[in-house]
Amino acid sequence: MIRSATPVTMIAIAAALALALALPVIAPGYYVQFASKAMLMGMLALSLNLIVGFGGLVSLCHGAFFGLAGYMLGFLTPDSGGASLWLSLPVALLTVAAVAAIIGALSLRTRGIYFIMVTLAFGEMLFYLFHDTRIGGGSDGMYIYFKPEIAIAGSALLDLEKSNTFFYVALACLVGTALLIRGLVRSPFGHALVAARDNERRALSLGFPVFRLRLAAFVISAMIAGLAGYFSAAQFGFVAPQLLGWHLSATMLVMVVLGGMSSILGPLVGALALIGLEEVLKSSFEHWKLIKGLIIIGLVFALPGGLQQLAAMLQTGSSQVPDLGADVAEPVPAPAGEARSHV
Amino acid sequence: MDAITFAVQLLNGVQYGLVLFLVASGLTLVFGILGVINLAHGAFYMLGAYLAWAIASYTGSFALALVGALAISFALGVALEEVFVKRMIGRDHLAQVLLSFGLILVIDELRQILFGKDVHSVAPPSWLQGSIQLTEVLSYPVYRIALCLVCLVLAVAIFYVIQRTRLGMIIRAGAENRDMTRCLGIPFDLVNRYVFAGGIALAGLGGILVAPISTVFPGMGDGMLILSFVVVVLGGIGSVTGAAIGALLIGLTDTFGKVFFPQVSSILIYVLMAGVLLWRPNGLLGKA
Repeated sequence: MIRSATPVTMIAIAAALALALALPVIAPGYYVQFASKAMLMGMLALSLNLIVGFGGLVSLCHGAFFGLAGYMLGFLTPDSGGASLWLSLPVALLTVAAVAAIIGALSLRTRGIYFIMVTLAFGEMLFYLFHDTRIGGGSDGMYIYFKPEIAIAGSALLDLEKSNTFFYVALACLVGTALLIRGLVRSPFGHALVAARDNERRALSLGFPVFRLRLAAFVISAMIAGLAGYFSAAQFGFVAPQLLGWHLSATMLVMVVLGGMSSILGPLVGALALIGLEEVLKSSFEHWKLIKGLIIIGLVFALPGGLQQLAAMLQTGSSQVPDLGADVAEPVPAPAGEARSHV
Repeated sequence: MDAITFAVQLLNGVQYGLVLFLVASGLTLVFGILGVINLAHGAFYMLGAYLAWAIASYTGSFALALVGALAISFALGVALEEVFVKRMIGRDHLAQVLLSFGLILVIDELRQILFGKDVHSVAPPSWLQGSIQLTEVLSYPVYRIALCLVCLVLAVAIFYVIQRTRLGMIIRAGAENRDMTRCLGIPFDLVNRYVFAGGIALAGLGGILVAPISTVFPGMGDGMLILSFVVVVLGGIGSVTGAAIGALLIGLTDTFGKVFFPQVSSILIYVLMAGVLLWRPNGLLGKA
């Protein structure tokens, strides 16, 4: 079950939102750009958690949807100026939705380990499509010289070239995503999705169209990843096949687990924590990926419940690790909140 | 396409398939017996190739490189099973995915520190250099033929061990029903360890053997990982026979795809995988 937010959580969310709104005023430009990037990663993690945390499906192809939307922006941006956002964004998202529907329909025929392997393989198929052929500049990638234009009747509404404006647009997308996922998870659709995760056979016998529910969740989740990819490509002005690779998908999974899968906003916290940590490591160590790898291994063994478990441990003063792996029959890890309620 | 060109391509496809089988059989055994998904399998393939290059360039002997790199891969497998993988058995797949992703980052970075990120080539042993003249313009390298034979012998050995020995019987029983096998008093922890180490050694061996015919480069593990996954998906988890069929299918599809449909060859194997998924979601020889 989804726990309703406690007053403390509400205050924390309000404070974080107020801080985010004030950030462009109080912080130098570098931090504003960095925060924009971190928020887009947060959107990715939120989108992935819809199917990993609530759907119980470990997907390794979300990086491909992220990158595909970026490439679509690249294709739709003319040489002379920015593409119209009103045209390029829907086209990018619909392309991602179509590809996700095909990949999802094939992958969802499988379960467990197979699903992980099949999504990985299809994601890499898109990677090799952009890497080995000359579409989108091959392995060199392509530049996007102009950010998309947001205009109504010819007059510019918002100028994404300004990093503060870009920041607020990204913030709006992030808040919108969080609200959308909250709405979905609390709707009958979300409850059915969770029911199918917890006991697929029972959900089927109750008459839920499990396959269609999961496919819908998969496509929605992919479209949000595409939205993040579209703005990310606009921010950096460059897309390369690496954006579609599975290492990004795996990093997204780390964010989700780090933040905690049982809550709606947990993955966002995980994304911000991981992006911040990476930034610190990158500037301090040459071989920062070694440390990132060790941290991930440590997370798996010492903190399977993520930062939420850490917070709970600090609150109660106990270092006992809830045994999340006990639930072996299901391919789905029991979210931290549930594991506690069973005990 | 004349008969000789066709035969050469056929040989290429079979040879590619045999190498794929070597690597993928290690992967499918680890899935089947330990129930652990190992995304780091490709990283061990890459590491095997780099180790072979390092030892070969230090000692000048390919034989020493083969033995040394294989021994290090196996030892690494035993150590990793003892420290990490043992604790992963029975954990959810997500934890296994994250652990192996962490391992990939660590292995990649250690490779960077130890061997750098340059592209290398390894010379085949001197008595296998040169090529056989087929026609006036076509020739076939001796090492590739030797590679085919070695892989074929290894494939037969793997089948013999799995189908005809007591160890193989335990492995097959474990893949069928892990808990029941344990109940029968089989020392499963030991079996797990050597199956995992053997799987890693097979991945490393693939990298070592391929080093003389392709280049040794940092990204070689990722490509092999995906191909092995496709092989396992085609063949069915835990089925060595399925892996053999899947590997040959992929090897031939890829080789002839490059000849007949060069524009779309890179996605042809995924089309094949999609077709098999539509027909048999659990793989050609997978359990329903």
